[in-house]
Amino acid sequence: MLVQILQAIVQAHGWVSEDTIRQLAQALNLSRADVHGVVEYYHDFRTAQPGRNIVKICQAEACQAMGSRELTQHAHAAVDAGTTIEPVYCLGNCACAPAVMVNGKTIGRVDAARFDALVADLRGAEK
Amino acid sequence: MSAVKVYVPRETTSVSVGADAVAVAIARAAKQAGASIQIVRNGSWGACWLEPLVEVDVDGTRIAYGNVAAADIPDLFAAGLLAGGDHEKRLGPINEVPYLISQDRWTFWRCGLIEALSLEDFLLHQGFKALQKAWEMGPDAVIDAVTASGLRGRGGAGFPTGIKWRTVADAAGPQKYIACNADEGDSGTFSDRMLMEGDPFGLLEALAIAGFAVGADKAYIYLRSEYPLTHTILARAIETAREAGWLGSDIQGSGFDFDVELHLGAGSYVCGEETAMLESLEGKKGIVRYKPPLPAHEGLFGKPTVVNNVVTLASVPNIVNLGGERYAGMGVNRSKGTLAFQLAGNIRRGGLVEKSFGVTLRELIDEYGGGTASGRPVKAVQVGGPLGAYLPESQLDTPLDYEAFAAIGAMIGHGGIVVFDDTVDMAGQARFAMEFCAIESCGKCTPCRIGSTRGVEIIDRMIKGEEREANYDLLVELCDTMEAASLCAMGGMTPYPVRSVLKHFAEDFASGGDET
Ligand SMILES: Cc1cc2nc3c(=O)[nH]c(=O)nc-3n(C[C@H](O)[C@H](O)[C@H](O)COP(=O)(O)O)c2cc1C
Ligand code: SF4
Ligand code: FES
Repeated sequence: MLVQILQAIVQAHGWVSEDTIRQLAQALNLSRADVHGVVEYYHDFRTAQPGRNIVKICQAEACQAMGSRELTQHAHAAVDAGTTIEPVYCLGNCACAPAVMVNGKTIGRVDAARFDALVADLRGAEK
Repeated sequence: MSAVKVYVPRETTSVSVGADAVAVAIARAAKQAGASIQIVRNGSWGACWLEPLVEVDVDGTRIAYGNVAAADIPDLFAAGLLAGGDHEKRLGPINEVPYLISQDRWTFWRCGLIEALSLEDFLLHQGFKALQKAWEMGPDAVIDAVTASGLRGRGGAGFPTGIKWRTVADAAGPQKYIACNADEGDSGTFSDRMLMEGDPFGLLEALAIAGFAVGADKAYIYLRSEYPLTHTILARAIETAREAGWLGSDIQGSGFDFDVELHLGAGSYVCGEETAMLESLEGKKGIVRYKPPLPAHEGLFGKPTVVNNVVTLASVPNIVNLGGERYAGMGVNRSKGTLAFQLAGNIRRGGLVEKSFGVTLRELIDEYGGGTASGRPVKAVQVGGPLGAYLPESQLDTPLDYEAFAAIGAMIGHGGIVVFDDTVDMAGQARFAMEFCAIESCGKCTPCRIGSTRGVEIIDRMIKGEEREANYDLLVELCDTMEAASLCAMGGMTPYPVRSVLKHFAEDFASGGDET
């Protein structure tokens, strides 16, 4: 129950605030520590507000073999403050590595040039 | 003239490299040309390196075109795409593509072939035939067939499926469950995903057969959140099956009640471990449970539960249709049947290859994979996900057989094969194995929770060249402790990749500094 509620909250708001945790604990008759425990356990439940765009870059082995470490370095330098970069461990796209997920959409065969094009698309979409 | 069928996969990998844009471009070009077409969204055949792979039905033969980009469409139309016209991207009839025809497609045979979300197409291709046959055979005979097939769990542990089903069938109590493990956390793997996206009704049929066999009226699918498109497709398939009376009460007037509920994970590798998955399904932290009790005795909500991987389950309908002996006739030794191997990482022709056990890594990597994508020599191959050993070139002739792999300190796991070329720094890979364990540990046991962080520190010191011998001994000792004193394979098998690096790639630790 709690896990599903938190999923819905993160889908809608992007993160779980301290305030939300307090309200949830009250509503579900749980201790705050219990809710905290679940929030902290799962990687999907962010406790800080993310940027307008969320870019997850796969850090797992198949993507490492195709240069995801270098891509990640490049990515941190390429995005502006409005974009949150997060690690993810496998997107199931390992035959077309490196893989990234931009605002929930998985993209394969991403080299530095393709990454820059994705960032440009994000900027374009905001204008 | 009837509309020309054009197949464009709707599947994570093909979409990740532009399949949706290709479908739009084809629709637009057809409209401009005044041609009547029907775009069919199938799953992937598994030849990821050819995605987006488009097929055109020309008088019943499906002509394939590989690596099609939206920008190619005007050119392809000019070349007569809708009549199977010649073009540099034309591969010929799909059923002559060498990568595909030499496989042993038992579990994935419908994947790519049918329109994934068309119940009608599914029914035209043997859909629900096995479930109906199971009803005629009765639960015991179904379990006997699964036992005779020699099918073992494809989620990683390789436990005999027939024995698991029998245990749940024999367990006391009216309420039992099926829990389908679709967490697919292992890096380098995507076979569960491809099956669910390409043949979602096939999985639902398999779940219903499992439920019928053991006396469960409900299945939960635990799907990882990293697969949003899979979620959309599966949810739609469940709805469609329900509307058509293939799920719900009294299915097709058989008297059999069965329903499926889809749950999403929340980004946790350990939640793929069966008891952690059950905890997560119950809405809690995914902390691993002590065993016993086994999930087969006390599983979900304390009830007897079959936990099976997606591919394990999806292998069953054909076992029911064709008989367990047929399946057992493929493979070698105690590794019966087929496995959907996944070629990933630095490989020229990455994708899913379903083959009988006994094939060697070298055959898969060279003959199917075509070597590395970079064209450089293979240095290491990690088989079986993040807890699997790194194999050096000299071990590539090992046949894919559970016991043969165990004998060299490796594992087949879920069948992921990740290739690295000679530019890889293996000390860094050993470090990552420990780091991943530290990130993902559920925290229940100290060797896993604390040991993994210590492991990263020790490897860092080794990389820097500090007291290399003392640190080497310390790392081996730490691996011993983790293996001996961890509750599950997270802590218990993280030492596998680490040890394999120490054993086969020790020279990669030597580059960092001078021996002190
Ligand atoms: C850390 C860890 C992660 C696991 N992840 C998965 C997974 O993602 N998918 C899966 O099917 N099995 C996974 N397993 C194996 C399951 O615990 C269990 O053996 C399996 O779901 C049983 O189904 P099977 O017999 O059909 O393989 C994992 C095990 C461990 C220890
Ligand atoms: S080995 Fe690690 S993941 Fe497994 S139960 Fe122990 S702490 Fe949890
Ligand atoms: S390892 Fe990166 S997508 Fe699987």
